[in-house]
Amino acid sequence: MKKIIALVLASVMLLAFAACSSREKGDYSFADGDQYEEIGGELNILNWGEYIDPELITLFENETGVKVNYSELTSNEEMLIKLRSADCIYDLCFPSDYIIEQLIAEDMVLPLDYSKIPNAKNISERMKEFTNVFDPGAKYSLPYMWGTVGILYNTTMVDEEVDSWDILWDEKYTGQIWQYDSVRDAIAVSLLRLGYDINTRNEAEVEEAKDELIKQIPLLQGKGTDNIRDFMINDKAALAVLYSGDALYCCDENENLAYAVPKEGSNVWFDNVVIPKTAKNVEAAHAFINFINDANLAARNTEFIYYSTPNQGAIDRLDAELVEDEIFNPSDEVLSRCSVFHDLGSFAEVFNKAWIEYNTRSGK
Amino acid sequence: MKKATKSLKYVYLALMLFFLYLPILYLIVFSFNDFYNPSKHKDVFINLSKWNGFTLNNYGTLFKGAAGEALLLTLEIAGISSVVATVLGTAAAIGINSMRKRTRTAILNVSQLPMVNPDLVTGITFMMLFAFINSILIKMGLDQIGDFIKLLIAHISFSVPYVIFSVLPRLKQSSDMLYEAAMDLGCSPMQALLKVVIPDIMPGIASGFVMALTMSLDDFVVSWFVANSPVLSVHIYSSARMGVNPALATVIFIPLVTLLLIVNLRRIAREREYEIQNKKVKLKDKAQ
Amino acid sequence: MKRRAFAYPYIVWMILFIAVPMLFIFYYAVTISGKLDLSVFWDTLKNPVNWKLLLDSIVMSLKTTGICLLLGYPIAYILSNMKKSVAGFISVLFFVPMWMNFVLRTYAWQAILNYVLPSIFGSKGTFTGTEWAVLLVLVYDYLPFMVLPLYNTLSKLDKSLLEASRDLGANGVQTFGRVILPLSVPGIVSGITMVFIPAITAFTVPVMIGNGNPDFFLYGNIIEIAFKQPTPNYAGGSTLSIILLISVFVSSLIMNRFDKEQIQ
Repeated sequence: MKKIIALVLASVMLLAFAACSSREKGDYSFADGDQYEEIGGELNILNWGEYIDPELITLFENETGVKVNYSELTSNEEMLIKLRSADCIYDLCFPSDYIIEQLIAEDMVLPLDYSKIPNAKNISERMKEFTNVFDPGAKYSLPYMWGTVGILYNTTMVDEEVDSWDILWDEKYTGQIWQYDSVRDAIAVSLLRLGYDINTRNEAEVEEAKDELIKQIPLLQGKGTDNIRDFMINDKAALAVLYSGDALYCCDENENLAYAVPKEGSNVWFDNVVIPKTAKNVEAAHAFINFINDANLAARNTEFIYYSTPNQGAIDRLDAELVEDEIFNPSDEVLSRCSVFHDLGSFAEVFNKAWIEYNTRSGK
Repeated sequence: MKKATKSLKYVYLALMLFFLYLPILYLIVFSFNDFYNPSKHKDVFINLSKWNGFTLNNYGTLFKGAAGEALLLTLEIAGISSVVATVLGTAAAIGINSMRKRTRTAILNVSQLPMVNPDLVTGITFMMLFAFINSILIKMGLDQIGDFIKLLIAHISFSVPYVIFSVLPRLKQSSDMLYEAAMDLGCSPMQALLKVVIPDIMPGIASGFVMALTMSLDDFVVSWFVANSPVLSVHIYSSARMGVNPALATVIFIPLVTLLLIVNLRRIAREREYEIQNKKVKLKDKAQ
Repeated sequence: MKRRAFAYPYIVWMILFIAVPMLFIFYYAVTISGKLDLSVFWDTLKNPVNWKLLLDSIVMSLKTTGICLLLGYPIAYILSNMKKSVAGFISVLFFVPMWMNFVLRTYAWQAILNYVLPSIFGSKGTFTGTEWAVLLVLVYDYLPFMVLPLYNTLSKLDKSLLEASRDLGANGVQTFGRVILPLSVPGIVSGITMVFIPAITAFTVPVMIGNGNPDFFLYGNIIEIAFKQPTPNYAGGSTLSIILLISVFVSSLIMNRFDKEQIQ
């Protein structure tokens, strides 16, 4: 019996090793020949799942002697719940734009000490116009990854040019459309189509956007998040609201797919790194921010995550084909149409109420 | 006729088992799928809908990052919490069964709370509770409760009811006379319990244990709210943004099933041997 | 030592880790940032949408429980007539799939329902987003919780009773209806408890398999939304949980009565 167990275990291990050795590692040297001092202690990071190249963490641990504890989450709301908890332990986290605005307003994050982050120079100037909206002067946060929201469509099913959100309400495509399953994104699509601001504080506009969304329900194949990708890749749907990072991957997998940011404009989103007030190892947190902004390492990290990077140094080191891709690296013309989400403060309740009414097809 | 109904029964069982194992088989097959697409930039996303070819790579990348630690933590928590829950729950069921109806109903109603509460609410209440306890501990200058203990307490709490509710029906069927008889024959209550009652309700305890183990291995929401360090399910769920490596599931599943098969098949084989011997003895007796 | 005493450690545990956390729910339902405020509590209670969702969820859960009972009873019955060691082993086999992560299993079902089954049936569409698909996966998730308690009860039935019934001239159907079924009520009740109650709040499966269709937006989803907002609505979410708890309490009272009647 013991022999059998040992045999099973041994073969599993062998399998793992055999597979391990077949992988090659990329270039993980420092772009500017940086030196890191021994810091020690622990660094508690809260981030989205699989949202960093694991090699980077190992490398950072070896360089600084800091033990990194990496926790994962699936939504910004969960991040807030964790950060608000009385026994919060995090030294670093990666929330999105409007959440950062809220964190700053609630005095939950520490200002960054730029003398400890020389690699901040790598951040593209182009980003600042947007990040200044929620964090003026990048006082508290540095962009980590970013992207746009747009329409992914199948060119074999959609003959016309896709340049407007209107197409998502076209009865021709009944049962072939996917809406995005999140409050801000779905309502933003409807607001933009009606010509309103995505950060509107006008109750009537939100109400109208909601009514339009309810009208759209019979046309939908569904609303979803990560699962939309498979439907598009397998030619099961014609049109979908999707993030650019996901769209990029889908287009790689299925050459019939194309992505467009509609003329009415869209949302551009950012995931930034911040240091929560609860941080105990502020030294290591700064070192880590500097570390992930190293041009070479940021390039590796971008290849792993496959979202757009705000790091100009990394862009210079990435494959030209990828950099020239309009989905990965949108032109200034596209970006000029896009705006960032604001924290809505107490007005968020209006959005949430509309969202529940949409989901239950209720309301006046 | 009889044979036909018998085989019909087996066909039904087989069909049901196939239904339950279908997604598992699917995942096992896809854990050998080559998600890497050489003409493209990166093989980050994992797509369960397209077969590209055979590879072992998924097992190689398995323990990169947080997965290894998450797996270990999951196994530790599941092992300890299910054993504690089984002991605690069995004792509770025995006690509850001999209580007056009103007390019993009251306790059972409270016990149902973790079963009925949405995971989300359970998770959030536990988070509030531990934050509250820790803030008191800090004021008293003591160490805070760590992740491991938090997870353990939460997992025990939500699996105990399942143990109680699988042991209780068994106890209701089991006659009180057995226990009384054992006491009359000079057993202490403890002995009576261990030697008479427990063996009688063993199947209930066993299924309670299996359920507790299952609840613990399967939990995601509660663990996420309670602890900062991820258990495997939390790791898998939060990796959804990039696709989930199906090898992560098979790597915990296959060793457990192998172990289960070995233990059970041996037991069944032993029983058969025993039966054959019995028959031989009987035959001998008849011959004499 | 009284046998009752065996329950004491659990009762302490129950109070500390099941009852006290519940008090937090009640506290949050009637306070807003630390002050007593019943406005959200009453609004939530008065909102007909919440009650409609609760009803929808109960209906969905009843369907799930019904199918589980129909599929699970024969399984348990067949197992109870098999050799103990083999049957015990197979009953565990019914549980083993649950050891593979819930999220991954649901992903696998998505793939099967969208790509494997349609290609087998030569359909170009997908099967997710339909009620039968949602029920299929819900039944899949809860079936083992029905089979195990049923098997436990059935396997303990006194076989001599069945023989007696047959000797008295009852046929198979009569024996089943008059003897086996009534005697297996404790198992049925605990099976129903283990399926019906958790299935009311199942919300991930209806969303993931239902393609986010509003038809499958259930009570659990509305609780989730309440707690998972940038500014969580603790009062509303807690009130919703309390409504749920009370409904479950009522339904378990009904169930207990049923159980009691049978025993008498």
